Amino acid sequence: MCWSAFSIRAFGQLGRRAIDMKLLKQLLRSPFFVLGAGLFLLTLSFGLLGPLFMNLDVNTRVGLAYMPPSASHWLGTDHMGVDMISMLVAGLRSSLYVGFLAGTVATSVGTLIGLYGGYKGGLIDDVLTVGTNLFLVIPSLIVLILLSASVENGRSLTLIALIIGCTTWTWSARAVRAQAVSLRNRDHVALARINGFGTLGIVFFHIMPYLLSYIFMVFILQMAAGILSEASLSMLGLGPYDSVSLGKILNEAKTNEALTDGAWWAFAPAMVLITTIVFSLYVINTSLEGVFNPRLRK
Amino acid sequence: MLKNHPTLTYIAGRASWYVVTFFVAITVNFFLPRLGDANPVDTIMAKVSEGLDATSAKAKEEAYLKEFDLVEVEPSGKVKRDAQGRPVRTSLGHQFINYLGMSVRLDLGSSILQHPKRVSEIIKAALPWTLALQLPTIVLGWLIGNGLGALAAYRRGVFDKLMYPLALLASAIPAFCFGMLLVYVFGIRLEWFPAVGGYDDGLTPELSFSFFRSASYYYVLPFFSVFSIVVGGQAIGMRSMCIYELGTDYVKYAKLLGISESKILLYMFRNAMLPQLTGLALALGSMVAGALIAEMIFSYPGLGMAVLTAIQGNDYPLISGCTLLVTVCVLCANFSVDVLVGFLDPRIRAARQTGN
Repeated sequence: MCWSAFSIRAFGQLGRRAIDMKLLKQLLRSPFFVLGAGLFLLTLSFGLLGPLFMNLDVNTRVGLAYMPPSASHWLGTDHMGVDMISMLVAGLRSSLYVGFLAGTVATSVGTLIGLYGGYKGGLIDDVLTVGTNLFLVIPSLIVLILLSASVENGRSLTLIALIIGCTTWTWSARAVRAQAVSLRNRDHVALARINGFGTLGIVFFHIMPYLLSYIFMVFILQMAAGILSEASLSMLGLGPYDSVSLGKILNEAKTNEALTDGAWWAFAPAMVLITTIVFSLYVINTSLEGVFNPRLRK
Repeated sequence: MLKNHPTLTYIAGRASWYVVTFFVAITVNFFLPRLGDANPVDTIMAKVSEGLDATSAKAKEEAYLKEFDLVEVEPSGKVKRDAQGRPVRTSLGHQFINYLGMSVRLDLGSSILQHPKRVSEIIKAALPWTLALQLPTIVLGWLIGNGLGALAAYRRGVFDKLMYPLALLASAIPAFCFGMLLVYVFGIRLEWFPAVGGYDDGLTPELSFSFFRSASYYYVLPFFSVFSIVVGGQAIGMRSMCIYELGTDYVKYAKLLGISESKILLYMFRNAMLPQLTGLALALGSMVAGALIAEMIFSYPGLGMAVLTAIQGNDYPLISGCTLLVTVCVLCANFSVDVLVGFLDPRIRAARQTGN
């Protein structure tokens, strides 16, 4: 997530066009986009279609602890003797769910605050900006740790996703606000005002449509951030109590000596999955940036 | 004096902003852990009450209630009780004021897990490790990442085609994943470097050559796990900044004038650097968080490990002590970046001067 703020800034004056067919064709011609989207669809279908074709069970012990990959269990078993493939599919589904939910919450909150403040200006904007900057500086993981530690007994996957969404919206608010400010004084906005549109009407119908492609990119980055945050929390032992997640698989492998036992299958596949999702989202984001921002193309 | 010195005015403004931020952070730090109904005294009593008879257990509980500032205490030192003889709970607001007072005196209470030990003692032992790991990693990573990014933007071609996906991949790997991979490959399989810990078992932290040698040997893997990620992220950011700069009029003009390439590169670098610096301030929080989790993978004796053990043992005073300290460190680092920007950015000088 470190560089997301940069790419958003470099993005500058663009993202004004709505997505159209020409753009889509352009995207499909970009090898980078095809790579990213392909990787993402591949992991997505592994998570979504996996349960349809494979017999998955994360509750039954099918063998001894840390059994190496074999014909019946392609990626061996974990420390409890549960089939690793089942764990991975379940973990992937949870991670994607967290990413999607946290990304949606963070993007909506950030977009709303950014658009409103950026359009309104004045005191409201100042207050919103100061608030955003405050929570931008205080590391969101710290807030996450404190919050998750206090809801010890009911940390469901959904709650974790919501908490992540509510702590990581700050930089998207900042990014969207900058865009909204530059749109505020456009003629068509003034025209809408003359025609009697209210603040919300202008924000939603006359400013947001111009930023849709931009907001979509923000969403992709927020989704990646959500997946990474959940994995970090799970590594700390603050993961969900009700589901398997990729971060939890890694945490269990670490605490149950998979590293020293040489049981690479207990952690390497989960690492590959997390990295692949986040990498593919980053690649999609940069390729979109390349299409929306002609300056980056060469 | 302040009036005539735009940079100082700017720095003073930023400083007061950070004071406000600190106050918000400390408030968040106090109230968030208290949202739940967990009572630290119950946790600690469950641990120590075994084998105690009822009256001594009660005395002990009372002592802990007093220590964790959960009950009102009379001037005589006795716990204040209501008509039914139950201890009077301190109100949350009152607790908060006491907490603020203690924090100002750098007193963060005592740890539950390692009981009589003070939180400040534990943190004092852990902080140097975290600083020694994170400060050089982030600064070096920032410098090298930016250099690579600028070069890739300027050269394009093979170098860019190779560096860009690699940098993207490096920034996509979570620090703890990369850390685990390093531990497994270089620590356990190849045994080139020690897998976990901060120094050899027989040694104690001191200023001696043998300790320093051992510590730097243990330093290698954690360093690289964080370093590569910072480099990757910064290189990507700098690359897009520089490509943006390359399209600007001043670069085109300079090229038309026939100014040497290295000089143009220097101009460009200077211009792209400022947003990168402010960007560093924004990204610092997530960098530090990532590095803290990487520390845990290596069981590095820093703050990350302290947070982890605190979370595992529900040691609330230690958790909030650590989180407060990390926040303060991030705020300080941010402030230093802001001060640096204040001296480097000519616009800050110009804006104030024309304003007066």
